[in-house]
Amino acid sequence: MIEDVTVTVPRRTDALLEMSGIVKRFPGVLALDGVELDVRAGEVHCLLGQNGAGKSTLIKILSASYQPDEGEILWEGRQVALTSPQAAMALGISTIYQELDLVPDLSVAENIFLGHEMSSAGFSQRGATNRRARELLERLGHPEISATRSVGRLSPAAQQIVSMARALSQDTRLLILDEPSAVLDHGEVDNLFRVIRDLTVEGVAVVYISHRLEEIRQIGDRITVLKDGRTVATGLAVEDTPTSELIKLMTGRSIEYVFPQRGDRPSATGDPVLDVRGLELSGVFSGVDLSVRAGEIVGLAGLVGAGRSEIIETLYGARRASAGTVRVLGKELRRGSVVAAVKAGVGLAPEERKSQGLLLDQAIYRNITVSTLGRFSRLGMLDSRAERRGAREVAESLDVRPAGVDRLVRLLSGGNQQKVVLARWLLRECRVLLLDEPTRGVDVGARTEIYALIRSLADSGVAVVVVSSEVEEVLGLADRVLVVREGRVVHEGPANEIDESRVLDLVMEGNAA
Amino acid sequence: MSDQSTNPGTSRAPDVGAVENPVAPTGDTVEVEQAAARTEASTSSGGLMSGPFGRNLGLVVALLLICIAGVITAGDRFASVDNVMTILRYGSTIGVVSIGMTFVITGGGIDLSVGAILALSSVWATTFATQNMAEDTHWVIMVIAALAVGAGCGLINGVVIAYGKVVPFITTLAMLAAARGLAEIISERKTQIVRVDGFKDFFSSEPGGIPLIVILFALVSLLGWVVFNRTTFGRRTLAVGGSPEAARLAGINVNRHTVMLYVLVGVCCGLAALMLVSRTSTGSSTHGGLYELEAIAAVVIGGTLLSGGRGTIVGTVIGVLIFATLTNVFTLNNQDTSTQAVAKGLIIVVAVLLQQRLARRSTST
Repeated sequence: MIEDVTVTVPRRTDALLEMSGIVKRFPGVLALDGVELDVRAGEVHCLLGQNGAGKSTLIKILSASYQPDEGEILWEGRQVALTSPQAAMALGISTIYQELDLVPDLSVAENIFLGHEMSSAGFSQRGATNRRARELLERLGHPEISATRSVGRLSPAAQQIVSMARALSQDTRLLILDEPSAVLDHGEVDNLFRVIRDLTVEGVAVVYISHRLEEIRQIGDRITVLKDGRTVATGLAVEDTPTSELIKLMTGRSIEYVFPQRGDRPSATGDPVLDVRGLELSGVFSGVDLSVRAGEIVGLAGLVGAGRSEIIETLYGARRASAGTVRVLGKELRRGSVVAAVKAGVGLAPEERKSQGLLLDQAIYRNITVSTLGRFSRLGMLDSRAERRGAREVAESLDVRPAGVDRLVRLLSGGNQQKVVLARWLLRECRVLLLDEPTRGVDVGARTEIYALIRSLADSGVAVVVVSSEVEEVLGLADRVLVVREGRVVHEGPANEIDESRVLDLVMEGNAA
Repeated sequence: MSDQSTNPGTSRAPDVGAVENPVAPTGDTVEVEQAAARTEASTSSGGLMSGPFGRNLGLVVALLLICIAGVITAGDRFASVDNVMTILRYGSTIGVVSIGMTFVITGGGIDLSVGAILALSSVWATTFATQNMAEDTHWVIMVIAALAVGAGCGLINGVVIAYGKVVPFITTLAMLAAARGLAEIISERKTQIVRVDGFKDFFSSEPGGIPLIVILFALVSLLGWVVFNRTTFGRRTLAVGGSPEAARLAGINVNRHTVMLYVLVGVCCGLAALMLVSRTSTGSSTHGGLYELEAIAAVVIGGTLLSGGRGTIVGTVIGVLIFATLTNVFTLNNQDTSTQAVAKGLIIVVAVLLQQRLARRSTST
């Protein structure tokens, strides 16, 4: 069906791909219930929907990881069955997943040509492979990525570029990008958009999935909105559809990014709970001073790679500082010891929630109590009833949904997984909470909830440090903002005395070239 | 960080909110979160009961089949109290090692040196010097020697793995070579006969008609189960094996815990050495040959995930019994050890294939 290309006349000339009535069932769940999607050559088609709306299932059907139970898929007007990933690839469908599927120990070039290696008589052609890889990377605007470097040593952003290069190394006609901007900073997103535009000019169709509505406004041509496995709107023109309308379609209610009110009390009094002096991690950042009082939220803004995450990981003890001191309530923490930090009342919600923050295949309650086991045990023996009760109380107070602490964490949405991480530290009654990208992978509706939660934690006397790539988030949430550039704090001041464009200027200065 | 979804048995969960136990889809629209809430009841009860229970049931059936084969081929020679005790006595030494191995594997490691540590412990506990000292003071000296040697080897393994960051496979492979070599040096490759009567009498006693070493195995299994399922140590083992990075960032001292896991398996080897010394009345550098493979096989057949993060003591015990019974049936039918080895190899593969299929069904449906 793929081979004989010229037989039928396309039904509708402009649609490259048409999906209609797609149904996909999983045991117990109807993941897709009649999804419609049509994608035209040369357009950027945005796919919107909350977590669990069925976006990922849909793209897995497109890349033939899943088979639909019902419905038909037309490719250039002819019905096709995407029976295997190879069949999808043969049509020219490439997918770049949120969790990148690269082989860390192979080189950049080897990853790009993985599965379609350039070879002659069975011998790989190293020179040609590397040369071609360099061309692709150049085309993507990243000539600085070495084709011979092993992928595991690249930053997440660079790894994504490699994934893009892999898609381009094949004859791609439909490129699916699943939240590509999640690992990218501002400049890199611009670059990504430039690449996408170049591709669409060449007639490639792009399906773009993102939580960031402002991005969709920037790059998208048309929009399809999924909710609860159904298409609630399809083919909306981006310029004619207000953002509030999109949010309404996605959530069934209209919401904006609502940041909670800052506390009125003068937060500049009292001794700092967290006091960092001259913290340094050689080669990454140096001379970082930071003090946070009880009830205060301090935001760290900066580009990915500026050292934001490294700063909080270092003061948490997850990395060993090369110089400087970290004090919690006046007591100096041992360098490079997470155990000491946790004992002193510091908690971290890490950036890579799934791999660093959670035990995905364990129950919610176990994830919540993992840092507090001592409290539920006597002589090492766990009182699992008390443990469950303790976990349930916090989970309920944070409104983790669905309720029930015996459920596996893997089955929760991003926002609820984040709540589980917060619940862990809430249960521990920590004094200092470090949050690295707290709303990454969290859908719009749940974000507001997470923001309110962070504020209420601060109001209860916790000193909070927030790292975020979204300037809006840092400014909206924090009382005080530190801007980090190339491992140095370049600005510190109250959040309400600085605006987004000023922060972006500070962040970009010296990077502009 | 290894992607959990590539582990055999942990099936890839689709992005939709819930994929657990079967719930009949009602109506045409199933709201995902609601569906998730509905499956919750069956997850909390069914997930805990039916999953591991179903797996263990499969193992019990396999054990029964082997027993039936035994009865058919060997009749009363198989189905006698004496023979059952023989099976249990045989399974006890490897069983104690396997309990320790369950902890290490669940904690994300592996120990290839168990057989060698066992040999070294058996030799150390039965040297001329140790036995002299034991005769002069108390036979408990031999017990202390064996347990201390086991703990010491485990400590070395653990420290090199946790703080030296050498992968467990290599570290324990080195220990395998070194410990058995040391056992050969100490014993001069001679079999050391046990002559301390107190030791012999104690370990060969049969309180209530049950051999002491079988009782020891039962106690170790029970203790292992409690520690595994009911203590902070067990919980941390699951966390460390499931995601060392997440465990570390949650404030668990992962390095220290890793050391403790290897010390634990080392002590188990020391105890198993004592049981084997008592059974054979000798200490020898050849004791415990291929125990590492038998123990790992029993653990994996039992349902413990080789990549860590999930384990079962009950499964391990049944896995040990399956192997011990199988060996017995073969021996009663005068099959040589080579045939046994082939059969064991087949059983390992078939059992793991079945396990994976069952696990996939229990987690994805």
